[in-house]
Amino acid sequence: MTRTTAITVSTKRPLGVALLLTLLLALFLGVFTASPAHAVECVPDAATGCVQGVIKTGAGDPAAGIKLTLKGDGESQSVETDAEGRWAFAITAAGTYSVSVEKSSLPEGQFFKSADTREVEAQLNSQASALFPLTDNEAEASGGETSTTGKGEAASSSSADSFSWPRFWQQFVSGIRMGLLISLASLGLSLIFGTTGLSNFAHGEMVTLGGLLAALFMGLTGNLWIAGLLAVVASAAFGWAQDKVLWKPLRKRRLSLMQLMIVSIGLSITMQYLFQFFWGSGVIRIDKSTPATWTFFGVTLTVQSYIAMGISLLAIIGVGLGLMYTRFGRATRAISDNPALARASGIDVDRVINIVWIIGAGLAGLAGVFLGLVFNGLNWFTGGQLLLMFFAAVTLGGLGTAFGAFIGSMLIGMMVELTNIWLPGDLKYATALLLLILILLVRPQGIFGRKERIG
Amino acid sequence: MSDAAVRSNAHIEGYPYDREALRAELRTLDQVPGVAKRDPILTVDRIERRFGGMTAVNVAHLEVPRGAITALIGPNGAGKTTFFNLITGFDQPSNGQKLIGGGDARWSFNGKDLRRTGASQAARAGMVRTFQLTKALSRMTVLENMLIGANNQPGENIFVGLIPPLWKARERENVERAKDLLARFKLDAKINDMAGDLSGGQKKLLEMARALMSNPAMIMLDEPMAGVNPALTQSLLDHIQALRDDGTTVLFVEHDMHMVRHISDWVVVMAQGEVIAEGLPEEVMTSQAVVDAYLGAHHDKDLGDDDALNTGFMRAIATEIADEVEEETR
Amino acid sequence: MNFWFELLQNILQIAISPTTAAFVLAAIGLNVHFGFTGLMNMGQAGFMLVGAYGFGVSVSYFGLGFWAAIAVAVGAAVVFAIILGIPTLKLRGDYLAIVTIAAAEVIRMVVKLAVLQDITGGPSGIPGNKYRPVFTELSPLPDGKTTILGITYANTGVDDWWTRIVAWGLVALFLLITWLLIRSPWGRVLKGIREDEDAVRSLGKSSYAYKLQALILGGIMGAFGGVVMALPAAMQPDSMGRPMTFNLWMIVLLGGAATIFGPLLGSILFFVVRLLLTSLAGEFIPSSLLNTQQTEQLAWVLIGLALILLVVFRPQGVLGNKKELSFNV
Ligand SMILES: Nc1ncnc2c1ncn2[C@@H]1O[C@H](COP(=O)(O)OP(=O)(O)O)[C@@H](O)[C@H]1O
Ligand SMILES: [Mg+2]
Repeated sequence: MTRTTAITVSTKRPLGVALLLTLLLALFLGVFTASPAHAVECVPDAATGCVQGVIKTGAGDPAAGIKLTLKGDGESQSVETDAEGRWAFAITAAGTYSVSVEKSSLPEGQFFKSADTREVEAQLNSQASALFPLTDNEAEASGGETSTTGKGEAASSSSADSFSWPRFWQQFVSGIRMGLLISLASLGLSLIFGTTGLSNFAHGEMVTLGGLLAALFMGLTGNLWIAGLLAVVASAAFGWAQDKVLWKPLRKRRLSLMQLMIVSIGLSITMQYLFQFFWGSGVIRIDKSTPATWTFFGVTLTVQSYIAMGISLLAIIGVGLGLMYTRFGRATRAISDNPALARASGIDVDRVINIVWIIGAGLAGLAGVFLGLVFNGLNWFTGGQLLLMFFAAVTLGGLGTAFGAFIGSMLIGMMVELTNIWLPGDLKYATALLLLILILLVRPQGIFGRKERIG
Repeated sequence: MSDAAVRSNAHIEGYPYDREALRAELRTLDQVPGVAKRDPILTVDRIERRFGGMTAVNVAHLEVPRGAITALIGPNGAGKTTFFNLITGFDQPSNGQKLIGGGDARWSFNGKDLRRTGASQAARAGMVRTFQLTKALSRMTVLENMLIGANNQPGENIFVGLIPPLWKARERENVERAKDLLARFKLDAKINDMAGDLSGGQKKLLEMARALMSNPAMIMLDEPMAGVNPALTQSLLDHIQALRDDGTTVLFVEHDMHMVRHISDWVVVMAQGEVIAEGLPEEVMTSQAVVDAYLGAHHDKDLGDDDALNTGFMRAIATEIADEVEEETR
Repeated sequence: MNFWFELLQNILQIAISPTTAAFVLAAIGLNVHFGFTGLMNMGQAGFMLVGAYGFGVSVSYFGLGFWAAIAVAVGAAVVFAIILGIPTLKLRGDYLAIVTIAAAEVIRMVVKLAVLQDITGGPSGIPGNKYRPVFTELSPLPDGKTTILGITYANTGVDDWWTRIVAWGLVALFLLITWLLIRSPWGRVLKGIREDEDAVRSLGKSSYAYKLQALILGGIMGAFGGVVMALPAAMQPDSMGRPMTFNLWMIVLLGGAATIFGPLLGSILFFVVRLLLTSLAGEFIPSSLLNTQQTEQLAWVLIGLALILLVVFRPQGVLGNKKELSFNV
């Protein structure tokens, strides 16, 4: 990764005055590179120049995990694009460099629209960029590249920015898929919020954990079903442990909700960098085989996507029915309504909350497994990136109501995928967040929420 | 109450009222819900608040007489607090006026239409309330609590606040005033304590004193006696009466019937969100409607109907209450 | 010996660096939000970003001069605060947290848009030399270099004394402003709002207006932080994302929320401790065990843990007073 490159290059220098500068620089870079959104980062300064760019799929989504090589000035570096499709090289001497993209690392169904190698003129203290436009339309691909087989998910769409009914339909189903995956995570977030009042900023990391564990278990067992199951079980166990070790003692200490929220932010940072430490910052794939696709009423998705949607729906219905008809469900709702009253009427509040954590974490883990499969890989920040979508979903539905969280999730999922038809892919999360802000403007308590009482 | 600052209410037109004259006038009124007063300070029309399917408040018409102590009574859940919230802008009526359209809820205070004003504007119009669950600013001192109650401090503007000479003089005046009020409420020894360290009753007193810092035309007290040390009750009653004597209109919610009858000039009874009776304390509290309401019986709109009290049991309780009332009057 | 001497010098350097000053500025703003008013602003980085881009784009794209560009930066922060504040300041605290974090992300995504490449530089941002000249040309310092306490920088240049003087001058100014305001009746109302908003409303203060003023004031401070951060370096959208906000929270909590000097102390501590961690690890742990990147990651893990421990065991921070603690939801 470039970030390492920049830092290791600088530490190679001799000690002395230069070290002062470079340490400062390293720290500076540290500050800048701290942004988890990008492991790929390069900041130009007097001793550094950057060659960088973003690679997007034909549909406008960032293309992660693409390998690039930079050659020139007697050196050669390689990087992979990060989750947002970004790549960057840091150079320490001005000159002409050539950047090439490894064709085999392109996502399935993506082709070069033009060249796969470009020459760039790079200078210190400045940035140079190179474009590698991709297309999902074989006809548009540059000569000789069309031999690649296999169809990507967006293969049925003709162009990134024009409306057509088949494309709408494709995105609509993708929206349902996205909504269901978001639901899995936001149900847990909502249940935890409802029973404990905690806005859990570490919920995204519980999702990531599920996916990463699935990859780990996949490596160990080789069976996707077993790996997924183990990952969910391990996630649920993590939820149990988290509550026992962290949250329950903190509740006993009577920390305010704001404090708890900041604790969850600290936990989120800790987990993100532990993930990086153990799994690196690249894309981790759970299932390394080329996923089979299935076209159904004109919608092409991977078979795994269909299975994921089915299981998600079952899990959501299961949790919904459980909340409505079981003793545990009634206890959960009683606690959400009035914890003191619930405790007074003999409900073992701590036990119920513990179960809520187990279920919430298990669902989040499941969401992580499916996200890793459906989007063909995940990294340490996958959950963190979606965290705001979960919050948006839960807030939209009205904080703390499970059914609201589900409806909110479906709305957000649709929003994310459908706006993709008209707006640049960069904005697909932005529109969902804007929707959140707008809805709060007209209905602050969310769609299904209640107002608080005063006096 | 001899304090000049509190007296400043005398500028309200038509004041001072003679208490006996006021009572005599109130005595001439029909004792029916929504009866018109000669000089109402607060007039409420068709205000309604629903929570889900439940109607918490549904008041057709109510006038609060100026210069009097009006008690608002009713069983728990009658909607008294919600009514306070609506009037003071802390909650919005379900039939309230919206940006476009909306209902016909209407209420005005001191001739000022308050339909679309927020809580702070209502307070600035001269209607300051306290809360059933006290809201002391816990991590501020008692004095700071008081100073925040004043509404004439120019330094509360961000730009003026930057330049101390522009607000220091007023601050000194307000500190004096605060000390006077605190002395009156027996809180002067606590002036530099954190408000959170006061007892529950002291917090109630502080909240009341704080509300008085701005010389409100009307003060609305939500259960001022709840949690106050009985030894302090009498002095609190005296304070409230002194307020009235100084020209402040008082509207208060209270469950203590003794207190209600002792100091109030007029009583409004709410049950299930509606004003079911209104009248002089001696009379209204023995009326069937009120007895009925407190017994939790479902009463019909026709309050003259005796059916609800037909059983001997009901009558027994009614007379019991009436006796009690009489006893307390003595 | 040499190592320790240099470490000391590094510490000094980091303590006076413009980046540290930028963090202090933004943290003072966040302290106005959270410490004094109780607003859970989780999008302070967004204010830095609108400030930095307001300034940078004004100069690099519209060709405005320094003062006009600063006015744009401040104006952008004011507008951002108003847009954020209107829907959220009437809501419960946690809604504000979610909306501010969302809005900060939205604004970051927007400036990164490829279609805005010409204006904002898209994902790669705006190189410093496109906007820095309007600032350096104001420098009254003579040409050349100056060494103070063994630290040498150009008087006026890319990462120079001029930037440091202005940055820390701003810090001093903002500290003075907060000090004056917090002791004023205006500050008292803010404190009251932090304690119980409804009580303050019942006393005739529009808590909404006060919160909006506080949001704007702290936002402007954040915007200056963004400008100061961008001046000696380049303008990078992703350097002003969520982690930046979290760092600022760490700084405010570390120094002590609701204290005047908390953000200053917190910021310096934060940078110095990080420097110590990474350079000590770099010096004494062989890179076969822990390479630079891993050291960096572990430093972040420690930051996360420190945030947890801090908020649990010493929520008042180094300077704060437990009695005046401002967590109230
Ligand atoms: N925010 C609220 N949500 C739902 N119900 C409420 C709310 N506030 C009050 N209520 C209901 O409205 C009714 C009137 O309450 P309240 O005004 O507090 O009564 P009172 O003060 O007369 O005892 C009660 O039944 C109460 O449960
Ligand atoms: Mg009440």
